[in-house]
Amino acid sequence: MHKDITTSRATVDKRAVLQQLYDFLPVSAVLHEAEDTRPYECDGLSAYRQLPWIVVLPETVDQVQRVLSFCHSQHLPVVARGAGTGLSAGALPHEEGILLSLARFNKIIDIDTDNRCATVQPGVRNLAISEAAAPYGLFYAPDPSSQIACTIGGNVAENSGGVHCLKYGLTTHNLLQLKIITLEGEALTIGSPGLDAPGYDLLALMTGSEGLLGVIVEVTVKLLPRPEHTQVILAAYDNVESAGTAVAAVIAAGLIPAGLEMMDNPAIRAAEAYAHASYPTDAAAILLCELDGTAAEVDSQSVQIQELFKQSGAVDVRVAEDEAQRQRFWAGRKAAFPAVGRLSPDYYCMDGTIPRKRLAEVLKQIGELSAEYGLPVANVFHAGDGNLHPLILYDANKPGELERTEEFGGRILELCVAVGGTITGEHGVGVEKIDQMCVQFNATELAQFHRIKAAFDNEGLLNPGKAIPTLHRCAEFGAMHVHHGKLSHPELDRF
Amino acid sequence: MSSDIGQQLCEQVHDASKTGTPLSIRGGQSKRFFANEVNAIPLDVSGHYGITGYEPTELVITARAGTLLADIKSSLENSGQMLAFEPPSFGADATLGGTIATGLSGPRRPFNGAARDFVLGVRCINGNGESLRFGGEVIKNVAGYDVARLMTGALGTLGVITEVSLKVLPKPRYETTLIFEFDLADSFQRIPRWLEKPMPVSALCFDQQRLWLRLSGTEEGVKSAIKRLGGENATDASQFWHDLNEQKLDFFAKSEPLWRISVPANSRLPEFDKQAFLDWGGAQRWLHSERPAPEIQDRVSEVGGHATLFRGVSGQHGVFQPLPAEMLALHKRLKQAFDPRGVLNPGRMYAGI
Repeated sequence: MHKDITTSRATVDKRAVLQQLYDFLPVSAVLHEAEDTRPYECDGLSAYRQLPWIVVLPETVDQVQRVLSFCHSQHLPVVARGAGTGLSAGALPHEEGILLSLARFNKIIDIDTDNRCATVQPGVRNLAISEAAAPYGLFYAPDPSSQIACTIGGNVAENSGGVHCLKYGLTTHNLLQLKIITLEGEALTIGSPGLDAPGYDLLALMTGSEGLLGVIVEVTVKLLPRPEHTQVILAAYDNVESAGTAVAAVIAAGLIPAGLEMMDNPAIRAAEAYAHASYPTDAAAILLCELDGTAAEVDSQSVQIQELFKQSGAVDVRVAEDEAQRQRFWAGRKAAFPAVGRLSPDYYCMDGTIPRKRLAEVLKQIGELSAEYGLPVANVFHAGDGNLHPLILYDANKPGELERTEEFGGRILELCVAVGGTITGEHGVGVEKIDQMCVQFNATELAQFHRIKAAFDNEGLLNPGKAIPTLHRCAEFGAMHVHHGKLSHPELDRF
Repeated sequence: MSSDIGQQLCEQVHDASKTGTPLSIRGGQSKRFFANEVNAIPLDVSGHYGITGYEPTELVITARAGTLLADIKSSLENSGQMLAFEPPSFGADATLGGTIATGLSGPRRPFNGAARDFVLGVRCINGNGESLRFGGEVIKNVAGYDVARLMTGALGTLGVITEVSLKVLPKPRYETTLIFEFDLADSFQRIPRWLEKPMPVSALCFDQQRLWLRLSGTEEGVKSAIKRLGGENATDASQFWHDLNEQKLDFFAKSEPLWRISVPANSRLPEFDKQAFLDWGGAQRWLHSERPAPEIQDRVSEVGGHATLFRGVSGQHGVFQPLPAEMLALHKRLKQAFDPRGVLNPGRMYAGI
């Protein structure tokens, strides 16, 4: 359904394109030599690399409009990029396209304390919003682990989560308004400074659309009052099932903690060796439960949760006695990824979501797959909302090991779908999980996605090759699976 | 109790698309008064009902679109849970499908989220008669475009919703409503100062005489907020919030057209504010007025808001704030993407979509 952009572009002369870009961009805002464009060749998923053809770094909305309408008129692919911290290669450059960096859009435009919202440019870092709101006792709730570096534009494009989204929601729950530029270079305001807008909920459609529908140039986010008091409880279990039961017991008791994290034994041992968080290294699983609110609320919930943890078979329950210990409990969890990274030359972070009740069964099957592929796995789990991050340990220098890792990862994601979950909880599809989209959605659903895309970008120039696979690609992916002799889920539609 | 007529509904839409026959999607007809009228052959979804999955500890309920909202609420109630967007019913026949298709939310909305915030997945039939599933039954899911939320509030113009999965929340253990004898100016000053503090506020409205503030949460949390706020304890408060949500308060008993005004909460609209009922801490205002639509809508858009003729005369058209030309064009392209023959509730939201 999309025009074949490869052939239409083959005749485009890079020098001629540069000349035309210089008509509306300063020389310093256009990079085209390999040494300058190299830093943009990948995002946080560095297994995928592609040197960009041309990088542009506009500073004004007008320049973004002109870049996009230029790309539109020249049929050039364009990939928008924030800080490049994404984990699904969603910002992977196009070999013959423009990489549009929004890094220079780094201003906080307004903090409105009366309506508790902040209007910022897309290149503003996630944490910088909370820092700017802090003097007013407010904060921006979604806190992806990369929040010190990742930018709000990328957060919107990926619908980023974080450890506190069970209580505070994802990016999509914390937005009021976007200003976007369409491929034609037209400015659109989506949402409103109020709580809703007339017409379709395009704010929902744009959020998590991975740069396929438009380029975000301004974001208005909700701010919340910073909780007065925070408490963390750590519980250790000698089997994963009991830890899973404990999580269900907390929810059944009517409690919604601010965060509820689980780590399995390999993740615990790695984190402890790295961060010295005083985790019990012999535990099969630990839970970290964060409560926030007024001191009175937190204290009463804390007592209740400690009791529930004990009843569900915890072998050890500890409450952080002070802020330093609270930070230490979290330090281990927050360092889990780099800690696992020390155990192995490389690791690959997966991101599926499952119904929580299937946790024990899914971990068991991941263990079996781990044995089958001969690749160790450590599991970190946003237990409250079912978002599982298996970390596969591998060595990219061993021939074929990355490919085996990717195949193993793909099998994990298909397992998530088979138990009623999803292939991505918060990292997005990007290039990484594009084949698994063929498992999650059938041909009619994918065709519907393509028609949505065409309503915004008829030629398929915005971030081509990401997020939504072509039906052709899915057909090939299906064939590949049969070739391996294991059709993972025969009950699912194949085409 | 359950009944699955999904296949039959698909065939009906498919047949309509072949002949280009417009359909008017119906559930319990409790919100027939809302939005523009559609004169078309009825597509009755009310026979497609039943809760197909509810696991309290997963915080998710899935039900077919024709399931009565009252049945969903009572199932949740039995497990100590609730729909946290507090949807209004506007009648005992209200269905889940209509609740999501209209996307309306109650007094709790500014504090807990709107209908769209709790939608995790939908099954729907597009204008070609194809059954599609988007989203799912898990809380975190970013695979594909968020069509489930796009369907919320789309008034059936993009697809016939046949099944919905919603995130549910535990009912608060303790609830108190406080009343303050404030005037409009006092209210505008106090509200933002209160809401910037971490207190378990779950509803906040001004009825021109008094400010009503509901606190929901743990007993300790609510009591410590009461200490900070003062005010008087309201008796029979749950009836008050229910009547506000269902528009049964005396305020709503006027015959003039009822406008819904959605604005940033602290916006001042002196032309309207003295006659309005301010809900959602000021972000949703109800106004009875005979003024012409452009007069109200132009004024409201100056502060970044929009106005909807919520209850007018029967056979009404043009009830929603007009969209800018480029936005309407995008809406038309999206309509085309889902319903190329224009058979699903044409004109219910805007002419041409």
